[in-house]
Amino acid sequence: MRQLSKGNVAVIRGAILAGCQAYYGYPITPASEIAEAAALYLPQVGGTFLQAESEVAAINMVYGAASAGQRVMTASSGPGLSLMQEGISYLAGAELPCVIVDVVRGGPGLGNIAPEQSDYFAMVKGGGHGNYRNLVLAPASVQEMADFTVLAFELADRYRNPAVVLTDGFVGQMMEPLELELKTVEEPEKPWAVKGTPETRPNLVTSIFLEPDDLEAHQRKLEAKYKRAAQLEARYETYMAEDAEVLLVGYGIVSRVLRTAVEQARQQGLRVGLFRPITLWPFPSKALAEAGARCAALLDVELSNGQMLEDVRLAVNGKVPVEFYNRVGGNVPSAEEIHDELLSRLAALA
Amino acid sequence: MVENEESVLAEPEYELLHSRSEVFYDRFERKSELKHQTHYCPGCGHGIAHKLVAEALEDLGLQDRTIFVSPVGCSVFAYYYFDLGNVQVAHGRAPAAATGVKRACPDKIVIAYQGDGDLAAIGTAEIIHAANRGEHIAVFFVNNAIYGMTGGQMAPTTLVGQTSTTSPWGRRPVNEGFPLHMSELLATLEAPAYIERVALSDNKHIMGARRAVRRALELQREGAGFTFVEILSPCPTIWNMQPVEARRWVAEKMIATFPLNVFRDRKPTIPEGKNPPQRSVAEVLGLEEAGGKITLAAQAVARPQHHLKKLSIKIAGFGGQGVLLLGQLLAEMGMREGLEVSWLPSYGPEMRSGSAHCHVCLAQERIGSPLISHPDVLIAMNELSLRKFAPQVAEDGLIFYNREQLPDNFAAPQARVFCLPATEIADHLGAGKVANVVLLGALLEETECLASETAVAVLETKVRNPQLLELDRQALAAGRQFVDKEAHNDAISQSDGFAY
Ligand SMILES: Cc1ncc(C[n+]2csc(CCOP(=O)(O)OP(=O)(O)O)c2C)c(N)n1
Ligand code: SF4
Repeated sequence: MRQLSKGNVAVIRGAILAGCQAYYGYPITPASEIAEAAALYLPQVGGTFLQAESEVAAINMVYGAASAGQRVMTASSGPGLSLMQEGISYLAGAELPCVIVDVVRGGPGLGNIAPEQSDYFAMVKGGGHGNYRNLVLAPASVQEMADFTVLAFELADRYRNPAVVLTDGFVGQMMEPLELELKTVEEPEKPWAVKGTPETRPNLVTSIFLEPDDLEAHQRKLEAKYKRAAQLEARYETYMAEDAEVLLVGYGIVSRVLRTAVEQARQQGLRVGLFRPITLWPFPSKALAEAGARCAALLDVELSNGQMLEDVRLAVNGKVPVEFYNRVGGNVPSAEEIHDELLSRLAALA
Repeated sequence: MVENEESVLAEPEYELLHSRSEVFYDRFERKSELKHQTHYCPGCGHGIAHKLVAEALEDLGLQDRTIFVSPVGCSVFAYYYFDLGNVQVAHGRAPAAATGVKRACPDKIVIAYQGDGDLAAIGTAEIIHAANRGEHIAVFFVNNAIYGMTGGQMAPTTLVGQTSTTSPWGRRPVNEGFPLHMSELLATLEAPAYIERVALSDNKHIMGARRAVRRALELQREGAGFTFVEILSPCPTIWNMQPVEARRWVAEKMIATFPLNVFRDRKPTIPEGKNPPQRSVAEVLGLEEAGGKITLAAQAVARPQHHLKKLSIKIAGFGGQGVLLLGQLLAEMGMREGLEVSWLPSYGPEMRSGSAHCHVCLAQERIGSPLISHPDVLIAMNELSLRKFAPQVAEDGLIFYNREQLPDNFAAPQARVFCLPATEIADHLGAGKVANVVLLGALLEETECLASETAVAVLETKVRNPQLLELDRQALAAGRQFVDKEAHNDAISQSDGFAY
């Protein structure tokens, strides 16, 4: 059964489906509907919603709830995520699972509230202090806002690590059909959690390891975990990529514009395809290298100053030229704009 | 030369407590190197405060149901000593983290233990808001007027004139302000159940502290609410004093600045408010209705092959004209007729200035970009929108303009324009706000993109007020009739004379 749902609301629908028990957050456009939906729905299914005094407090409330073994989440946009970075580093350091949604808006500073993809570095590369990784999923539709939130909860628990749903103002604000299926939540045991019971009395949630050897051992453990995730969890989608001469690369809302651009190009007999990373960390480098190897060139399109571009270039490792096209400030290119760009780049390549 | 401790001790009207609390570990299990008995300095107040907390937990039998939230500061390693589940948190955030823990484990005892830099500087917001919410946590606030762990920088509680590595000439209120009185500050709030300031200056006062710590935890056991004990505490190392001298400094200097008092001891009356209804996940997600009624979407018209391949519509006007709602209606209708749909609103600064627009895509195939640069249809609900967006409309597109005729000196676009005074028609019906539905009727009649029965079905689910629903029905019909009539008269013309 399909329901027309807003992307931001779909996040909470997914979260409820995944058995999310608590939401702590602070309002910010264009993410506020997530908090509002959490406030409306979570308490009705016995969950907790609390509007914190700041994003700093919110992420630390998430830390507390995660320590106690709850499925817990928060959501915000750029400026709020900047404030949460210390907490995210602590969560990763203490190996606490949680879901964090970033509905990206224009930056830097107060910027504006229109869509950008300028938080890629902050979310994918870390952003907080220290050696850690976030698992990062990039939905492109309302359906995926729900589905990836569910997946993010599963991955977070599986790896005992923060999982980020990285999206943008458009996907958050738009409405599309959403289909949900009731399923039984399979939450893993959390014997490490601190629950105020005799069994969990010895448990300790911490990220401090004063001795260099101890901290090194802890980091080796995290590294091994990240390596495993990198091997198992990279996800992507391709469209007409098999015989493509030029491969468009983009994630989130951009991937949809690119899809339309591919269709337009194909109508003109141009062999153009799409590669869309679904997980931004782990980045689907291997798949992109393989798909890219068959092409004459890649065109990476982003709503940022070239943040994913670095990963795209690393993936193909100089074997294929990687062109770049971007819009920033909240402008989203139209498919026609991409098409024109493509034609001019093709002319230059020829 | 160490002074005789007896000289500062008051008369021994206290019990002797030499034994180790059960709440402490036998051995420092959580400490990697066993070189030291404790990581605290000799004469440090943290050790005494730990002991008081441990004893109270033991006496009250709370060890198995207590969660200890340890801060950043010298007591970051509180978990070396307490045989309790422990959550170590970021600098200043213990009250926030404790909130998350407590809400997850409402029947457990949650303790946040913090220093003065932690609680009164970097974590000021967290403690005030946790107190204001009346979180059911016990906060033990160890005020030693200095940053211990980082080596003696100024704290918000550093006394006027007191030197520190970052106030080398003594704290000057003109530069650093006055010492912050957290207990007094929190006592201005409605919710806290218990606030007391105690001192670890001498054994008599330590006994007072012992009573306060126990009271704070007893109240937790009773579920009384937020309890807070500020403990004035010696830091001999940073103060550069002998332990006994440091205790005397607490008694003479600190208490003078921070008077001991019970600032609050009453169970707060906190109104319950309206409780949210409890429903099943399926119900909340709209997957089934209460009482097993069939959901409305199940009655949707099944159209495996829709006649419409693809249509993009842009709707624009003033905020309050139902621009976004009209788009949602169209998207919902398309969805019910089995199409793929997307609705993308304008949001942001332009909404503030009163304009709104949205993009609706209807298609048989998966929709790529939901952003429309050249819409097939523009519904312009005001002149501004017409002027702004008409040039974007595809050559073979269609524009619906909410007026009897096009404005003067308006360069006719390539697309066909259909003028209808929807607001006037709606006003006639009795509510200008259904103008958007009048336009919907016109769109459906003119383009036949979707069925008007679907429009009625969607309106029936969206509009709860029966009078308004009737108005909407009339508005839809009026829009359709207008198109019908105009087509009959063959009178739809553009300023350039083009008629169809
Ligand atoms: C975000 C952040 N800023 C600064 C620090 C460094 N730091 C650690 S403890 C501390 C002050 C602790 O003082 P207090 O809370 O008074 O506790 P005490 O050590 O005196 O018991 C500071 C500034 C930190 N760990 N994190
Ligand atoms: S520095 Fe001060 S607060 Fe820290 S352990 Fe030593 S005496 Fe205690």
